[in-house]
Amino acid sequence: MSLLEVNDLTVAFGARRVVDNVSFTLDRGETLALVGESGSGKSLTALSLLQLLPRGGSNPAGTIRLDGEEMIGASSSTLHKARGDLAGIVFQEPMTSLNPLHRIGRQVAEAITLHRQLSRTALLEEVIGVLNEAGFADAAHRLDAFPHQLSGGQRQRVMIAMALANDPALLIADEPTTALDVTIQSRILALLARLKADRGLALLLITHDLRIVRRYADHVCVMKDGAIVEAGPVASVFARPEHPYTRMLLGAVPRGTPSPLAPDAPELLRIESAKVHFPIRRGILRRVISVVRAVDDVSLTVRAGETVGLVGESGSGKTTLALAALRLEPIQGRVVFAGQDVVRLGRVAMRALRARMQIVFQDPFGSLSPRMAVGDIVAEGLGVHEPRLKRVERDRRVIEALGEVGLPADMMQRYPHEFSGGQRQRIAIARVIVLKPALVVLDEPTSALDMSVQAQIIALLRDLRERHGLAYLFISHDLKVVRALAHRVVVLREGKVVEAGTADEIFNAPREEYTRSLMQAAFDLD
Amino acid sequence: MNLSQVTRRRIAIFRASRRGYWSLWIFLVLFGTSLFGEFIANDRPLLIRYNGEWYVPVLKDYSGDAFGPDFLPTDADYTDPELRHAIDAKGWMIWPLLPYHYDTTVKDLNVPSPAPPSRHDPLGTDDQARDVLARVIYGFRLSVLFGFTLTALTSIVGVIAGALQGFYGGLTDLLGQRFIEIWSGMPELYLLIILGSLITPGFWVLLIFLLLFRWMNLTGVVRAEFLRGRNLEYVRAARALGVSDITVMWRHILPNAMVATLTFVPFLLSGSVTLLSTLDFLGFGLPPGSPSLGELVAQAKSNLQAPWLGITAFFVLGGVLTLLIFIGEAVRDAFDPRRLPNA
Repeated sequence: MSLLEVNDLTVAFGARRVVDNVSFTLDRGETLALVGESGSGKSLTALSLLQLLPRGGSNPAGTIRLDGEEMIGASSSTLHKARGDLAGIVFQEPMTSLNPLHRIGRQVAEAITLHRQLSRTALLEEVIGVLNEAGFADAAHRLDAFPHQLSGGQRQRVMIAMALANDPALLIADEPTTALDVTIQSRILALLARLKADRGLALLLITHDLRIVRRYADHVCVMKDGAIVEAGPVASVFARPEHPYTRMLLGAVPRGTPSPLAPDAPELLRIESAKVHFPIRRGILRRVISVVRAVDDVSLTVRAGETVGLVGESGSGKTTLALAALRLEPIQGRVVFAGQDVVRLGRVAMRALRARMQIVFQDPFGSLSPRMAVGDIVAEGLGVHEPRLKRVERDRRVIEALGEVGLPADMMQRYPHEFSGGQRQRIAIARVIVLKPALVVLDEPTSALDMSVQAQIIALLRDLRERHGLAYLFISHDLKVVRALAHRVVVLREGKVVEAGTADEIFNAPREEYTRSLMQAAFDLD
Repeated sequence: MNLSQVTRRRIAIFRASRRGYWSLWIFLVLFGTSLFGEFIANDRPLLIRYNGEWYVPVLKDYSGDAFGPDFLPTDADYTDPELRHAIDAKGWMIWPLLPYHYDTTVKDLNVPSPAPPSRHDPLGTDDQARDVLARVIYGFRLSVLFGFTLTALTSIVGVIAGALQGFYGGLTDLLGQRFIEIWSGMPELYLLIILGSLITPGFWVLLIFLLLFRWMNLTGVVRAEFLRGRNLEYVRAARALGVSDITVMWRHILPNAMVATLTFVPFLLSGSVTLLSTLDFLGFGLPPGSPSLGELVAQAKSNLQAPWLGITAFFVLGGVLTLLIFIGEAVRDAFDPRRLPNA
C-alpha cells in the first residue's frame, strides 16, 4: 500500500468539472511532480487531498487514501489529524500565507500545539529546531520577527518549518518557489530535496516549471484541462514525450537571438545619472530620517530599434527606473528622449511625447480596465493623442493594431475577463502599438504567463520590432527571455549598475560575481 | 439589455436574497403610491361635474364663486358643507379615498381630539384634529424624498472630496483629512438650534445645512479606494498613455469606488430618514405643520392617552427603516465578490 493513493478524483464547482478522473500514487521517499499550465487543475487536485477546496468546490467522485484513510467525506477529527500531522502543505505566496500580525515563533508554535501538548521550554526548543532544519539562519534570535521583516526566501523557510513541525509523512509544495527570486529558488528547492532524503518524506511538487521537474522529481504527471495526459518516471517522459501537449511544453523554451541592429541607428533615449530617492519621514515634523535609494546614479542609452535588457532581482530598482524614465515617478538627473529633456518638459509637451514612449506591464490581468470593452481599451490612447480622428478611422486603426498582435477584429466588443493571460497581454501590446511609438518599455511582460504562451509573446515582440523598428527597454529577471530578445544588457542591483555590455559579453563572459550567480540560477537548473 | 456579466451576477444574488428583493418591491410600491398622495388623501375632490362643466380641483385651483354667487371669490373650500350641497345640487363630485389633506382639520368630530380610530379616520386624529393616515402618507413621502436628496447630495460631495484626496495624496490628502477631522467635531445640533432661532428652516435650508455636516460619510471609503486604485496597473497604463487626471479618475478608478459607495447608500438613506425624524421630534426640523413622522412621535409622547399615535408612529418608522435595512443588506451581499448566487 502506498502512502497516498488517489483514484479517479474529480473536482467540481457546481456543474462545472475542473478536474476529471485523476489518479496517481505516491510513496515515502519519492517526489511526484504535477505539471501543467495555469487552469490545468493541479492546485485544486492538491487542495482536495486535505479537503481544503475553496467555497463552492466539491469532490463528487473518486477516492483519496492517505495512509490508508479515506479523506473525502472524512470526519473533522480525521481531517484534523491528516492536516499537519500526516501531511504538511507549503503554498506559493509566502507573504500572504503567513499571518502578518503574529510573530513567526508563535505561528510555528501554533502549528505544533494544534497536534501535540508540550511544555513551554520543550515547545521553544522544538520551534527553534524545526526552523533550523528549514535552514532559517539564527532562528533562536529571530522568533520575535514579524513576517514583513523577513525576505521572501526566509518567509518560505518559515512556511516549510510550519509544514514540517509535526514530522509529516507527506509534504505538498504548491509552486513553492514561483514567487521568489531566481537565486533563492534554487536554494529552497535544494532544501526540499535534502529534507526529503533526510526524513524519507513523500514530496508532492506542484509546478509549471519543467526545469524544476527534471532536476528534482522522480515521477511526473502532466496535467491539461483537469486531466492527466501523460504520467511516468521523469527520465522517460522527458526523453520520449508521447503526448503532443508534453512535447509542446518541452519545446516551449525561448530560443534564438534578436536580429542585428543597424550600425548607424541614432540614439533614442539617454538616461544620465538618474536618481529616484524615496525619503522616509518620521515624527510630527515629518523630518527625513533616511532615504531609500531605489535608483542610484544609473546611466544608460537606448538606440532606435535596439532592445536593452534591464536585469536584476526584485528590489533592484529596474521597474522604478523605467517608470521614472517615462516620468511616472519623480526623478532627478537627465532623461533625454528624441532630443527632448523629459524631466523638464511642461505638461502639454510631455503629453504629446507620451504617444512615442509607451509601456507594457507585467500583469495582464491588472493592466486592463475590467469595465471597458477591448476596442475602447485599445482606442483610449488615440482619443488622447489624435482626438480629431473620425470614428470609422479610429476603429480601422484599432482593428489594424489588433491584427498586428494576432487578434481578430470581432474581439472589440468583448471584455478583458473573457480572455486568457496571453490574449490579454496581446491586447495590452495592441494598446501600445496603435499609437506607433518609438520606444516601448516592457516590464516583465512574460513572467505572469505560461511557458508556451511566453514563447509566443516573445516571437510577437521580436516580429513587431522588426516590422516597426521599435526600441525596447526590456525588464526581466528571467535571463533566458532576455537572451532571446536583447542586444545589450544592464545588470542592476540595489539601484546601482553592476555590469553593462552587449548581450554576448554578459552571457558569455560575465565579469561580476553577482551576474554569474544570476546566470547560474537561470541556466544551471537544466 | 446589454449588461456585463458582473452586473448580471449581482442582480442574480440580489434576487436570490428573497427578503431584500421583496423589501425592495414593497418599498417601491409604497413610495410610488405615496408620490400620488394628492389623489389618495386630499381635501379636494378628484373630479367635479357642475352645471354641465368639468372641474379638476385636485390639479387646479378654482375660486369659490365658480360654484354659485353665495361663495367668496377666493379659493374654494370643498370641506365647507354648503359648497358641497351647492355642487351636489347641480351635478356630482368624486372624492379621494381619504377626504383629508395632511393639514385638514377634521370638523365633524364627536369626541375631543386626539380622536381614536373610526370609520372616517382609520388611524384616528392627532391633537389638532388632523387625520393621522393622511399625515402618515405625506410624512412618509417627505421623509423618503428628503432622505433621497440628502443621500444623493452628500454622496456626490463625499465622493468628489474622497476622490481628490485619494488620487492626489500627499499634501492635498493631509490637509483634507485634517479639515474633515476638525469639521466633524463641530456641534451640529447646537448650530442647528442657533439657525432655528434666526430663521425658520424650510426643506431646502435644512437640506443644505445638513449637507454641510454629512458629506464626510463616504469620503473615507472613496479615498481608500482611490489610494488603492491609483497604483493599479491599468491606471498607470492610462497615465502612460497621457490620459488626463480627470478622465483617469472618472473612467478607471471611480467604477471601482462605486462598489463600496453603492453598498453604503441604502444605509445612508435610512440614516437620513432617521435624522430628519429625530430633528422633527426635537422641534428643530421642518417648519411646524409639515407632515412629519418625527412630529407624530412627539405628539405620541405628549398624548400617551392616545396610543394610536404611538403605535402608528412606531410601525411606520420601524417599517420604513426595516425595509431600507433589508434592501441594504441584500445590496451589500450582491456586491460581495466572495458570494456565489446559489449560496
